[in-house]
Amino acid sequence: MTAAPEPVVGGSLPVGGAMRVMGAETEYGIHAPAAPSANATMMSARVVQAYAQVTRQRAAGGAETRWDYTDEEPLHDARGWTLDRASAHPSQLTDQPPVLDAEAVALAYGREELELDGQDESGTLLMNMVLGNGARLYVDHAHPEYSSPEVTNPRDAVTWDAAGDLVALATVRRLAMDPELPAVNLYKNNTDNKSVSYGSHENYLMPRSVPFSDIVRGLTPFFVTRQILCGAGRVGLGQDSSTPGYQISQRADFFEAEVGLETTIRRPIINTRDEPHATADKYRRLHVIIGDANLSQASNFLKFGSTAMVLSLIEAGLAPKLEVHEPVAALQAISHDTSLTTKIRLLDGRRVTALDLQWIYHEAAAKLAQDTGVADAVDGDGHTHEVLERWATTLSQLDSDRPAAASSVEWLAKLSLLEGYRDRDGLAWDDARLGLVDLQWADIRPEKGLYYRLLARNRMQRIVEDSAIAAAVTEPPSDTRAYFRGRCVSSFGKDVVGASWDSVIFDVPGYGRLQRVPTREPLRGTKALTGGLFARHREAGPFLAELLGHNTSPPGA
Amino acid sequence: MAGQEQQQPQSRDSQVEEDVPEAPPAPPEGQASAATQGVDDLLDEIDGVLESNAEEFVRAFVQKGGQ
Repeated sequence: MTAAPEPVVGGSLPVGGAMRVMGAETEYGIHAPAAPSANATMMSARVVQAYAQVTRQRAAGGAETRWDYTDEEPLHDARGWTLDRASAHPSQLTDQPPVLDAEAVALAYGREELELDGQDESGTLLMNMVLGNGARLYVDHAHPEYSSPEVTNPRDAVTWDAAGDLVALATVRRLAMDPELPAVNLYKNNTDNKSVSYGSHENYLMPRSVPFSDIVRGLTPFFVTRQILCGAGRVGLGQDSSTPGYQISQRADFFEAEVGLETTIRRPIINTRDEPHATADKYRRLHVIIGDANLSQASNFLKFGSTAMVLSLIEAGLAPKLEVHEPVAALQAISHDTSLTTKIRLLDGRRVTALDLQWIYHEAAAKLAQDTGVADAVDGDGHTHEVLERWATTLSQLDSDRPAAASSVEWLAKLSLLEGYRDRDGLAWDDARLGLVDLQWADIRPEKGLYYRLLARNRMQRIVEDSAIAAAVTEPPSDTRAYFRGRCVSSFGKDVVGASWDSVIFDVPGYGRLQRVPTREPLRGTKALTGGLFARHREAGPFLAELLGHNTSPPGA
Repeated sequence: MAGQEQQQPQSRDSQVEEDVPEAPPAPPEGQASAATQGVDDLLDEIDGVLESNAEEFVRAFVQKGGQ
């Protein structure tokens, strides 16, 4: 393989506010009601396979490609070392393609399945796809996961994350058409309420020059409390829900450490996985594992927007100087108190509520954004003003107008629905119907999902138009390298043999070797920089020739 | 260009959208009786959407570990 030069030079984003390169990862809960014991990894592979069928229908020529694992470094620790492979939990080895062996397949669906079309042309099950919108759809452990393309702002983060829910919906519809196999449901939640949790992660690009200890210190108090804005709500307390009740966060009870590399065991509030998926001496990718998956667009917007602003504070050395006493216990205490009156202790002796702490962060973020000019409603960066406004409005409503907050804050919207059932039918918190409301809240089918039923009645706010979400199923964001990746996949799918966050690999007739185009700068490969290139070429050969600086046909042609 | 033509969302996705019933107007604000009526309507609708046999359905939703 040859490494080609970067396509073109890219720009940078306004600093000090809510803009930065970011992305969302969602692991969906997966369940076949008619076959509850079906193998989850096999079902997840069927989900990925189903989307391959959908995209092949959409674009003859193929609108998906394989994942390239060469740049995955899951054992690199941001604190400066690399975990020995032999000491790693098997679930941490995410740089190896998962393999479904014949036994697993047979256990799930019988041996004849091996001969059916659950396989691609090369005879292996497709476990991993890159989509035309620049996203990745794959099997992660025992769940289908959608990783959104890189975007530059919280509004786009909401749009392309919600597009993932439509991708998931398309697979559910496709699988429901198969008369031979049981239908599959997908849930955008984070626990089965029987002691198992699965994640929805956020990723934020940061300059590597920011000391990791500053990130830990600045983010921990914020992460302990931001759940009041973006928790998705959960029926049951404790990892196994053995204590009846309701809490703010899906994830809080599954966190056991303050800082660490793991994501599946001893989960830490701050995750240290250090795979930049970009030029490693310039950037780190902050991998955030503490969030809940959000269906509420307003909660999702605040999750990404407020976190991006706190990272700007940390980069500027202006994060509030405070530390929470025993943050894991504080995280859970806040999650368990829907009245928001619990006070947590700071190391300086103060006792504050989650609302108090969020206001402290909001004030600091607002000041920095004003000083840098990004918060101006007219001349600002176009995003920070809205984040600050919504952040403040939501905190005020949580304090003094909870019915108003229930149309935006996901845990409160779900709680209102549950309280409606409790009032009408006199249900106790351990009643199975309330558990069902919690679960079915997250069903991604609009006719079954209770979040979607509230959305249809305009009881939940929309941040982005439905049409923008639908378009994001096939269109990549225009202002990051995801544009280049997505357009390569949708325009030249048959000649693209692999792609990852930081590369696209072509196999074009006439070239003797595979051509690997690195995309290590997240703000290059944008529509502004490469749109013309895509417009000029319908064939991968001439496209590559121009990209790589060959003025004529491919070498050897 | 070809790529863009291929990328037009197929009817499959839009059908999915169209299957969803039209959203009724939001309940009027500030009227307690109307708000209560709205909640009752909502619960009635959701009664018809909830999976039957709640206990069994919830019990069968068992996941393997994730991140």
